[in-house]
Amino acid sequence: MSNTSGKTPKLDKLDKGPWPSFVKEIKRAAEKSPMSKDLLGQLELSYEEKIGHWKHGGIVGVFGYGGGVIGRYSDVPDKFPNVAHFHTMRVNMPSAWFYSTEALRKLCDIWEKHGSGLLNMHGSTGDIIFLGTVTDKLEPIFAELTEAGFDLGGSGSDVRTPSCCVGPARCEWACYDTLNLCYDLTMHYQDELHRPAFPYKFKFKCAGCPNDCVASVARADMSIIGTWKDGIQIDNGAVKEYADKGMNIQKDVCGNCPAKCMEWDGSTMAIDNSLCRRCMHCINVMPKALRPGKERGACIMIGSKAPIVEGALLSSVLVPFMKMEPPYEELKDLVEKMHDIWCEEGKNRERIGEFIQRVGLGNFLEAIEVEPSPYMVEHPRDNPYVFYEEYFEEGDEDEGEEEDE
Amino acid sequence: MATIELAGKQFDVDEDGFIQDATDWDEAVAAAIAPTEGVDSMTEEHWVVVNFIRDYYKEFGVAPMIRKLCKSTKMDLKKIYELFPSGPAKGACKIAGLPKPTGCV
Repeated sequence: MSNTSGKTPKLDKLDKGPWPSFVKEIKRAAEKSPMSKDLLGQLELSYEEKIGHWKHGGIVGVFGYGGGVIGRYSDVPDKFPNVAHFHTMRVNMPSAWFYSTEALRKLCDIWEKHGSGLLNMHGSTGDIIFLGTVTDKLEPIFAELTEAGFDLGGSGSDVRTPSCCVGPARCEWACYDTLNLCYDLTMHYQDELHRPAFPYKFKFKCAGCPNDCVASVARADMSIIGTWKDGIQIDNGAVKEYADKGMNIQKDVCGNCPAKCMEWDGSTMAIDNSLCRRCMHCINVMPKALRPGKERGACIMIGSKAPIVEGALLSSVLVPFMKMEPPYEELKDLVEKMHDIWCEEGKNRERIGEFIQRVGLGNFLEAIEVEPSPYMVEHPRDNPYVFYEEYFEEGDEDEGEEEDE
Repeated sequence: MATIELAGKQFDVDEDGFIQDATDWDEAVAAAIAPTEGVDSMTEEHWVVVNFIRDYYKEFGVAPMIRKLCKSTKMDLKKIYELFPSGPAKGACKIAGLPKPTGCV
């Protein structure tokens, strides 16, 4: 019974120093909630013993849904009875995380009433994370959330809660309406979101421009990243203003262009757009002078994931440019074909990126009826895939096999 | 570990109510678990699902993937959730007496 005294010397150390600590927040919650108090105690014990005290793999949920709640149980419930159950609930956040204060207060009220009061705004999934409640409270919480206009998010092998950057709501670089697409995908894939039936998770993230503020290229099985087809819009007068105010255009803009496709002669900016890699650097440093082109849409990239079963992957280009306008039929058709082949042939716990690596992009493209193209790159000027089929005529097969040996 | 009585027999169950040793599982036990998972009474269709899960588990040592379950029972996911409102992993597997399927966060 080392830690039921409420003393937490190890955790207290995390309270010191200049940075905010989660310990401070749990302590604040502990003033009101016995659950949070025991959470502190169990964590202190973990720090003492250098071992986690959560069991893994609880299956709890609400009726009608297969996901949205993650079961957590303590392996020392005798010492910390208030965290014997400490389930996590994922609540679907609004597009780009815009709330009214009223909605936030309502969420807090629900959670203080039925849970530990601790929230994670937001988890890496993007959801509002409610940390810590007991099995019996799940249905009442779900009912109150629904009443307040909220729904549970995804967990397990399903479509995870789609997320997006602030997009056109607050950013002039958005090449499509990320908030609308995110909401549309959320509503369109309700069944897939709440009832896990995939080999493993599937994440959509919608970024308005190649700055990729939601880091979709590293975190989403399908990264939908805004881009443009035509040239960067240039306002030479504004470029000159930047120069007059002391910016070294040649060094800081042209010199940092990875494609070296920009020239500045002191009065005119010239960009060879055929070489542009959409890195956004020039636009980021001279927002008043340069803007993304006018013909806007998104680049569909596929396959990124964090390392669990296999190593980490970044998304690579599947469709270099697609118009992003409601009702997004082209995108949904593509997604449906991808889900079909992956669900049919994918192994348990195999992300779609790993699946593509296993079967080969050529076979995958054939199944989803997309023509291979040199645009399918991992980085600009770098094609990770080789389509051998193109190189061999009929009758060449023997030669090909010899080469393999 | 908690113990519960189902159809006159004692079972050890984990936190989520999955029975730990299915040696004594029978249809009466399944019928006794059912109401705890929102299944008022076991119909023929419920048994189709439960029996498939049990047979699959006996053969392969794991619960079938959802897609396999739907295909083999010729029921879509919607139908499965109508039968088992807490879902195939939690509801159907628990009633079928399987150990807890390895969940993921």
